[in-house]
Amino acid sequence: MDITLFIAAAIKIGVFIGITMTFVSICVIFERRFSAIIQDRVGPNRTMVPLSILGFKKDFALPIGGLTQPVADGLKFILKEDFTPSYVRTVFFWLAPVLVVVPALLTMAVVPFGSPMEFGDTVIPMAVADLNVGPLFIFAIASLSVYGITLAGWASNSKYPFFGGVRACAQMISYEIALGLSIIPVLMFFGTLNLGHIVEYQVANGWLLLPFWGEGLSLQRWLLLIPLGISFVIFTTSIFAETNRMPFDLPECETELVGGYHTEYSSMKFALFFMGEYAAMVVGSALIVTLFFGGWSIGFGIDGLLPTGAWWVSLLHIGCFLTKVTVFILFFILVRWTIPRFRYDQLMNLGWIVFFEAALINVFIAALVVALPSIGFMGFVIGFIILLIASVLLIMIAKGATKKPSATAV
Amino acid sequence: MAIIKVQRPKLSPGEKIYFGSIFKGMIITLRHAFRSLVGKSTGAKELNSSGVGITMQYPEQKWDEELPEYYRGTPALVTDEQDRERCVSCQLCEFICPPKAIKITPGEIPSNDEWAKVEKRPQAFDIDMIRCIYCGMCEEVCPEQAIYLRPDYVVTGTTRKEMVHDKDRLYEIGGKRVGLVNKWNELK
Repeated sequence: MDITLFIAAAIKIGVFIGITMTFVSICVIFERRFSAIIQDRVGPNRTMVPLSILGFKKDFALPIGGLTQPVADGLKFILKEDFTPSYVRTVFFWLAPVLVVVPALLTMAVVPFGSPMEFGDTVIPMAVADLNVGPLFIFAIASLSVYGITLAGWASNSKYPFFGGVRACAQMISYEIALGLSIIPVLMFFGTLNLGHIVEYQVANGWLLLPFWGEGLSLQRWLLLIPLGISFVIFTTSIFAETNRMPFDLPECETELVGGYHTEYSSMKFALFFMGEYAAMVVGSALIVTLFFGGWSIGFGIDGLLPTGAWWVSLLHIGCFLTKVTVFILFFILVRWTIPRFRYDQLMNLGWIVFFEAALINVFIAALVVALPSIGFMGFVIGFIILLIASVLLIMIAKGATKKPSATAV
Repeated sequence: MAIIKVQRPKLSPGEKIYFGSIFKGMIITLRHAFRSLVGKSTGAKELNSSGVGITMQYPEQKWDEELPEYYRGTPALVTDEQDRERCVSCQLCEFICPPKAIKITPGEIPSNDEWAKVEKRPQAFDIDMIRCIYCGMCEEVCPEQAIYLRPDYVVTGTTRKEMVHDKDRLYEIGGKRVGLVNKWNELK
């Protein structure tokens, strides 16, 4: 293996894990400040660096608006008593938080953060692993985090965590199906599973949902916006469900289950769950940005004007990518404080009956539109009619499935 | 009583799709966020907001002038218009105090003192502000009207000892109180 690539990989792992962890703490402060202003409050705005521990005579209030709050939160977690109840299954109790954090951080490996950088002759891609099966890798690893949550619920050996664990298990497995199916039209359109190539395509031909530059403005491309838009909605919602964020936070809903699966956890073990959840949110946002909003590309044809491979261009692209991710994190937070929690049967209905079927039909719509040039107009019409009949049948089956038995039949 | 069956309202297709309401909800939350950033939240002016949301920034801004007459803050001892300690150390407040926060050491007044006829006054009078529950029973029970709950509420300290108010501190908070019962002096 080339020594340059090896060193570069080591640096990239360090830097990208650093970026992800920084984003986790940024998420925390954003969550608190943004939710505060939504609720007409101020939020934590006073945390500062205690200059007296650095040798200064007095503590000055630096005008940083409480930006060091995550540091204080983290310190609090480290300094708290780490209490393990006597009745837990110890091995799994210790293993569970790790199993939540590690998959979330691992998935970050295939996300391209910026455009490739050139060092002499070697081109270094700005992703830790430039895999050819990017999204599949992410789904494979991300679905492992369900083990962490379920194990936490089971190992706590107490009723509320157990409920939380069972709920999380069912929810995450259900929504993984919609998640996987919804992304198929996108992959069909790109024709590749390499996230780096996907982003490069979007640089040249316009972002997936905003194809306003490059050569992507044919009638077919406009038609494709319909299935891709549906994909986007289903994918984003499923990411919410996968990360246990607010409208789908049944595994840990405070009002019903105390704390859900992490009720019995304290100190750093709880912090690991916390970090895992936010890291999953960061990865989810990164994935949405990469697939639907052009990843690191600045867009509007600006990328083409910049020299390729220069280090400052790479950094600019990383900055652009992180800005987009931040916007999506803010969107996540906005949704959390807007939409009330689902009831559990509603959640299951949404996953299995609405999203599963919508995603399934969506795959075929996308296939029809993609195949439009080769099958011609007549073929398209025939295919459309067949799809329509199949969809109506599917919807009728779904309706039958949701029908409740009448009260008299008992 | 007749049973009234409440029907769920029929939803139109637009409402069933649900996205419209989500969108509306987001606009509402975003409007709240924006308005609290520029300090225009509903009620910000009436609540004397600091400029973000409707919140006051506590140590800098206070709500003191809006405190009601009957506000029960820290208990404190008062002197009368001739600077005599009103307390005669009868210890009624010590006995009534539900959390046992008051501790009085009674003392005799020497016979050469101007107020020798009062006979007793406290040698030490400690109120443990960690224990105090601000119930106001000491004020109610005091036959000499010597102890009052003041509107001060900022009681802070870094040690337990600092949180115990001794006699000097109590008189400092309480100050002088005029025009009450004057059974010991000639002012009647």
